[in-house]
Amino acid sequence: MSLTTQTKDPLLARLMRAPGLLPALTFAILLIVWEASTWLFAIPTYILPGPSRIIGGFDAVPFARWVEHIWATLRVAMFGYVVAILVSLPIAVGLAKSEFMSRAFYPLLVVIQSVPVVAVAPIIIVVLGTDDAPRVLITFLIAFFPLVVSMTAGLRATPPELIELSRSLRAPAYREITQIRLPFATPFIFSGLQISITLAVIGAVVAEFVAADAGIGYFIQFSTSMFRLPEAWAGLTLLVAMSLVLFQSVGLVQKLFMPWSLPQK
Amino acid sequence: MESAQDAITFADIGQTFATRTGPLTALSGVDLAIKRHEFVAVLGPSGCGKSTLLRLTAGLVKPTDGTVSVFGVPVTRPRDDVGIVFQQATLLPWANVEDNVAFPAKHMRGRISQQDRDVAKDVIAKVGLAGFEKRLPRELSGGMQQRVGIARALFRNPDILLMDEPFSALDALTRDQMGYELLDLWQSSPKTVLFITHSIPEALLLADRVVVMGARPGKIIADYKVPLGRPRDERTLRATEIQDLASELRDLLIAKETS
Repeated sequence: MSLTTQTKDPLLARLMRAPGLLPALTFAILLIVWEASTWLFAIPTYILPGPSRIIGGFDAVPFARWVEHIWATLRVAMFGYVVAILVSLPIAVGLAKSEFMSRAFYPLLVVIQSVPVVAVAPIIIVVLGTDDAPRVLITFLIAFFPLVVSMTAGLRATPPELIELSRSLRAPAYREITQIRLPFATPFIFSGLQISITLAVIGAVVAEFVAADAGIGYFIQFSTSMFRLPEAWAGLTLLVAMSLVLFQSVGLVQKLFMPWSLPQK
Repeated sequence: MESAQDAITFADIGQTFATRTGPLTALSGVDLAIKRHEFVAVLGPSGCGKSTLLRLTAGLVKPTDGTVSVFGVPVTRPRDDVGIVFQQATLLPWANVEDNVAFPAKHMRGRISQQDRDVAKDVIAKVGLAGFEKRLPRELSGGMQQRVGIARALFRNPDILLMDEPFSALDALTRDQMGYELLDLWQSSPKTVLFITHSIPEALLLADRVVVMGARPGKIIADYKVPLGRPRDERTLRATEIQDLASELRDLLIAKETS
């Protein structure tokens, strides 16, 4: 008897513990308040469309055209992301292993990172033309720096004893990287990969703002120029969803293939 | 002073490191000869360069002055007959116990053969972890992790075992237990052990000889034979003949810490 009466309302207590329920509830309330206030205060749709109007915005464009836009943005974001990973890995290995490399190249990387990529984007488009290449480059420039930083930090975070163990075994030098440093850097690399994948989406959208004939960024700009705000908001919603899915996918890959690298519960 | 049966000899070793504030003399005029299968504990305050002695023997650092020899051969690079146990177990968190123990094989040759696995299973059993071969390090207690660290050092069946405060991160009870087990291991397959420690009781319990170091610069200030027979157990440290030596060591260390 005493055990069952510990909580006043066991059903409510159990619901509160259900994963994701509380944030979902918060989100739902926010949507209701949003919808209600657009009606209540008669806010014009070009200032702030309510959620129902935004859902309507999805209908204004044929499904096939949406797929086309999503694919254009996703393609550039993923391409730039992969290039960023491939480029940042050797740079990070160099920076982590060699004090000379670190002193010679790190300031240059900081300068590159400090360049506002949005401002350089038009120049890149003029130089490289209007196909995917300049957009991939812009995405790469936005996404690669956090990767370099997190990978370098990770490669440097290896316990020094294991490096000594490696030296005491007189193993080939590359195995210190592949068998010790890189696996140890995994948690760092994955946090970099997660930050970077959302930046890659931003990069693709920035590139589309400058020059594109498809893509969600292009679509948002086109819709706003026509004052079709619900459609622009629909595009924005898709971008948010895309970023979230990509971010979670990186986390899922880590959970599936490298569960040991996650913090212990 | 160098004899054929010496496993490790330090001849007039000086060690200077370059630091931000100028050169730092870590060791100066260190002479020490350790016999084959002798268990030597090096006792000293922090910063006395006792870990440097270990790294010199392992061939991980070169002495600024003097020569370190193992079995009469000057150490110029890491040797195959030396195993190291660190203060922290420093295992690979993604690899199970067996793969951690056999890691030296994987690191040297790129893969772990069936023979390596058999050897690994054997040393795992020796450190009392039979049945835990497939566990991940995070599933083990601190003491068990350090057993894996010891097993990894024993994997190549080294003649010389270098131990850098291996039990100092463990709780007191586990620490004692690990000490007794190390003695059992050492008795059943004798090795030359250079054991770095902060702890006087630990040094007295384990070692044939206790070498005391002073700091700044690090040098040997005393060298005692431990007047105890073997095997040793829980009663060993209560023996009256050891009390005088323990307090003498304590006085030496305290004098060094405060001077």
